[in-house]
Amino acid sequence: MSIEVLDPGLLTTVQDLGRAGYERYGVPPAGAADPYALRLGNLLLGNEEGEAGLEVTLLGPTLRFEEDCWIAITGADLGARWNGVEAPLWEALPMRAGDRLSFGTPRSGVRAYVTVAGGVAVTPVLSSRSTYLRAKLGGLDGRALKTGDRLRIRAMPARHRRLPAKFVPMYDSSPFHVVLGPQEERFTQEGIHTFLSSAYEVRPDSDRMGVRLEGPRIRHAGAADIISEPVCTGAIQVPAGGEPIVLLVDRQTTGGYAKIGTVISADLPRLGQVMPGDQLTFAACTLAEAHRRLREREAGVSELRKSIAAGGLDCRRTLQVSTPTRTYAVEIDRQAAGRVSVRVDGTAYDVAVEAQRNRVPPDAGEQG
Amino acid sequence: MKGLDAVDFRFRPMGDRSLLIEFDELISPEIHRQVRALSQAIEEAEIPGAREVIPAYRSMAVHYDPQETSIEDLCLRIRELESRPDAHDVSGSRRVRVPVCYGGDLGPDLPYVAQHNGLTEDDVVAIHSGATYLVYMIGFLPGFPYLGGMSGKIATPRLPEPRTRTPAGSVGVAGTQTGVYPIESPGGWRIIGRTPIELFVAHEVPPARLWMGDSVEFVPISRAEFDGIRARAETGEPQWAQMGGP
Repeated sequence: MSIEVLDPGLLTTVQDLGRAGYERYGVPPAGAADPYALRLGNLLLGNEEGEAGLEVTLLGPTLRFEEDCWIAITGADLGARWNGVEAPLWEALPMRAGDRLSFGTPRSGVRAYVTVAGGVAVTPVLSSRSTYLRAKLGGLDGRALKTGDRLRIRAMPARHRRLPAKFVPMYDSSPFHVVLGPQEERFTQEGIHTFLSSAYEVRPDSDRMGVRLEGPRIRHAGAADIISEPVCTGAIQVPAGGEPIVLLVDRQTTGGYAKIGTVISADLPRLGQVMPGDQLTFAACTLAEAHRRLREREAGVSELRKSIAAGGLDCRRTLQVSTPTRTYAVEIDRQAAGRVSVRVDGTAYDVAVEAQRNRVPPDAGEQG
Repeated sequence: MKGLDAVDFRFRPMGDRSLLIEFDELISPEIHRQVRALSQAIEEAEIPGAREVIPAYRSMAVHYDPQETSIEDLCLRIRELESRPDAHDVSGSRRVRVPVCYGGDLGPDLPYVAQHNGLTEDDVVAIHSGATYLVYMIGFLPGFPYLGGMSGKIATPRLPEPRTRTPAGSVGVAGTQTGVYPIESPGGWRIIGRTPIELFVAHEVPPARLWMGDSVEFVPISRAEFDGIRARAETGEPQWAQMGGP
């Protein structure tokens, strides 16, 4: 009842939506750096939104499924391949025992999520399955996956569902909205102007703790250090050197640098997808605007949830095929790359599709 | 304990899900008591939409769900707590004794701290273990206590190059601060000893042994005692018995 790790990739960890309620004890939230992608992957599979999945970083793992189960791959496009053939993203996919999932060349974003119908079964630590590497907490023994690991899953049935295109997030280079503060007065007017009008490049030493940026120095009005105070995910610290650090989910719970602003919640998932070398820009926004954008996104998720409950995303096709003598009800399922399951009047047939990428793409087959 | 109604604090939004509450900009036992009292009152009030309260030296954050409460309502509810007579007292603080084996390979920077301050190693140990420290806040690492009350006589600057690995339990000095690393971590503090006690235990609630407001004393122990406590810890014997409380 598990998934075997044939190759762990660069950094693959178990993550859910994070560890709430323990920051006062110095425990960071951790969790998916792009929580929206994890939530959607879970919804497609009929899971609770906060079910634990795998966070795959840039160079993905090779996994072998030891039992039949449904998965979804969401978030970054890291060149996922299902038995060697390109795997569709943002879609529930039925894995068969023995199937392999691997990753190739990253195309957009940094973090992909592999969710499993029923979820990854690791023991929660402090009410969460998220891995916090620095304290060796949660996930699989508090560490990243390694070769030979067997990840237990609680396989549950699911259905073919594909996310409508309008819900698929764009990991583009539009400005990140920030609510200025809470230490605006620690910066000169010119410093704030520099921050809002310059492009900052993501440094290679960025990680789940924070996105370190390189670019025009932001001038402080006085000291950069403050008496240590609580921080939050998205907070933008500016140490004395003047180059900002945007805090991500593995951030410390408190910090002693002045903060010029905080990336709004609606833009945080995209922040979890920035790559070293990317150019980031920031735009000021009011608190009311930040809350409006969050409400809009959550209204979208609610709509999606309803649509899923009503079967609106199901993408299995039932066709009627007529011959001169009678009409058959034919259900066609994508079973795996190169394999299609056809059910004719209730009897199932497995059909191998040869050279399917050139001649008979599964999609064309589904549309009859 | 002074009532909250006599206390001056102000609100500032930190992003769109956190409210920062600031008191006077200084580190003092009095400000600390005000922060403790208000954070405790907010927790006990169970304000709708308030998710988590994180107290610090002279401020605290309240993480909230903007789908459940507006920031205006949240601020109003917190201001209302000032007029509640039952919310003003902070619960009693604990006295916690933390055994420390000073020097040797467990405290590699003890000679430097002594030399830097023109003292003997024994002097440093006597000064460090002779004081009572107030836990101002927990932060930086899981369970890491920010302690106040160290003597300036043993103040020592941080390492010019932080160590890539400081073992769990390491007791360090940085400037005029002292603290204990609850977990292994990179760090630039001068390490003068190590406690065999685990300050962060993930499978317990609360996971941090020390809490803001606790009074901490460091008790010198020998290497044999250190090894003995560690060996008994391996067998799962509760460590609090060895700390005299709580």
